[in-house]
Amino acid sequence: MSTAVNDLERVINSSLTTTIKKSKINFDQLFIDVDVENIISTILFLKTNEKCKFKQLVDITAVDYPQKENRFKIIYLLLSHENNLRIVININIEDKIIVPSIAKIFPSANWMEREVYDMYGIIFKDHPDLRRILTDYGFQGHPLRKDFPLTGHTEVRYSEERKKVISEPVKLDQEYRNFDSESPWKGTKYINELEEKNKNNKD
Amino acid sequence: MTKKTKTMNLNFGPQHPAAHGVLRLILELDGEVVEKIDPHIGLLHRGTEKLIEHKTYSQAIPYFDRLDYVAPMNQEHAFVLAIEKLLNIEVPIRGQYIRVLFCEIGRILSHLLNITTQALDVGALTPSLWGFEERETLMNFYERVSGSRLHANYFRAGGVHQDLPRGLNEDILKFCDDFPKVINDIETLLTDNRIFKQRNVDIGIVTKNEALEHSFSGVMLRGSGVAWDLRKSQPYECYKDFNFKIPIGKNGDCYDRYICRVEEMRQSIEIIKNCIERMPSGPVKSIDGKVTPPSKKDLKTSMEALIHHFKLFSEGFRVPKGEVYTAVEAPKGEFGVYLISDGSNKPYKCKIRAPGFSHLQAMDYLLKGHMLADVPAVLGSLDLVFGEVDR
Repeated sequence: MSTAVNDLERVINSSLTTTIKKSKINFDQLFIDVDVENIISTILFLKTNEKCKFKQLVDITAVDYPQKENRFKIIYLLLSHENNLRIVININIEDKIIVPSIAKIFPSANWMEREVYDMYGIIFKDHPDLRRILTDYGFQGHPLRKDFPLTGHTEVRYSEERKKVISEPVKLDQEYRNFDSESPWKGTKYINELEEKNKNNKD
Repeated sequence: MTKKTKTMNLNFGPQHPAAHGVLRLILELDGEVVEKIDPHIGLLHRGTEKLIEHKTYSQAIPYFDRLDYVAPMNQEHAFVLAIEKLLNIEVPIRGQYIRVLFCEIGRILSHLLNITTQALDVGALTPSLWGFEERETLMNFYERVSGSRLHANYFRAGGVHQDLPRGLNEDILKFCDDFPKVINDIETLLTDNRIFKQRNVDIGIVTKNEALEHSFSGVMLRGSGVAWDLRKSQPYECYKDFNFKIPIGKNGDCYDRYICRVEEMRQSIEIIKNCIERMPSGPVKSIDGKVTPPSKKDLKTSMEALIHHFKLFSEGFRVPKGEVYTAVEAPKGEFGVYLISDGSNKPYKCKIRAPGFSHLQAMDYLLKGHMLADVPAVLGSLDLVFGEVDR
């Protein structure tokens, strides 16, 4: 399988020279980085090109890196049944950048983009129906962002007085405890130093 | 002159016996013909992915049982495979065989439930009574190996939790001898049944191309004639060692999907038999002491083992930096895990790709122009479990 992945990398790199920023192979899977402006053309190329034939969109998801300048990474997973290959396309974007929707190319992208919007608050341009999907009606915030607390901001309960379900700020009897189990002696000094050294050697 | 009539909006669910859980459908009807469907999901959203980010790798495994709670171990499988890829550890061959054995049991569990509830949705009660009896037997096997009928938490990174208890293999083999007769019995009730065929043949047709466009996988794809099964095309674990056939549908309607599922159960029985006959002896989990906890026996005598045990159950193991996508052929389709590790003891991000999510999304396309009565039939053949759709 690995030769097929290498061939694919060559094909893609030679035909999309200008748009591909980086490509690498990990665990027999090809990962490519593109710019947000080129995402539509890249995916269209991968879907229609004779040598690629990535006819199925497996999933779209995002990752939040709050410390980085490009806060979000959006990940597209494509699958080619004919060539039996997978490809992972990454785009790195800053907060509040609008991403073009690929719902016209793959109809199944509709809900996947809705989920990314719901969970991360990333807006997709030209999306047919960008509503929240998994969270409750009237939910505030984007839960999978790293700055969203695990317990959330509101909780719901049935109010006997008002005879309906109401939502109120979270009240915890005990503060959420995030145990730091990385004890001093697993990360003892010499191991830390060793890791540091290895890192420096690699760089 | 005809006057243009207004369409009617109908609210199906969130609590409806044919919704297979908590699904709300907003149907737009012109008389009895469906014009538009807007599924509202998320009523069972528990924030699994967020919770996993706050747990160590082994603490995250039980969450996977709660996704598709009809075939729990198949989900665990995808997650542990992802961890193993990042850790780069080998699973002993006996561990692999046990995993395959229980994944196939999970497949039968799921298909039995789907076939019989689909029959229930279109008006046949008996198959579900017969099917549930067999499911109980299978869940007993789950219980004997993991201590729990449903939420097994049995797979571990590097293998499985424990070896099989004595006598289990013989009992599973006995089940394999008896079960084909039950499949035949259920088939006599359904396969040539006039009502069942009227409700399912030519309903919810998906063409090959549309199945690909809508990200279908599993039986939804094979029912439309695409020969694609991850166990064959991208073999993981030890599926390469087994000889089994992949049933393919022709018309892509609800009936073909039903036939595919029945045949898949027969093939799973073959795999299970093969698996038990050829099961090698040896360890069931990786011997890497940094991932696998030490045995109880060692705990009493070895200080080193005690330390490892404590560290593995408090801090957990660390997974090297990296990203990986692994997918398994779950009973409902391609179940995938996109795992990102930042080198710590907790996943940085764990995206769960549930097959039902894409299948449900296609409801509007599948049912446009069908009658209202076809909605439960198509819903049944999509094989949805809201644990995995809503996550």
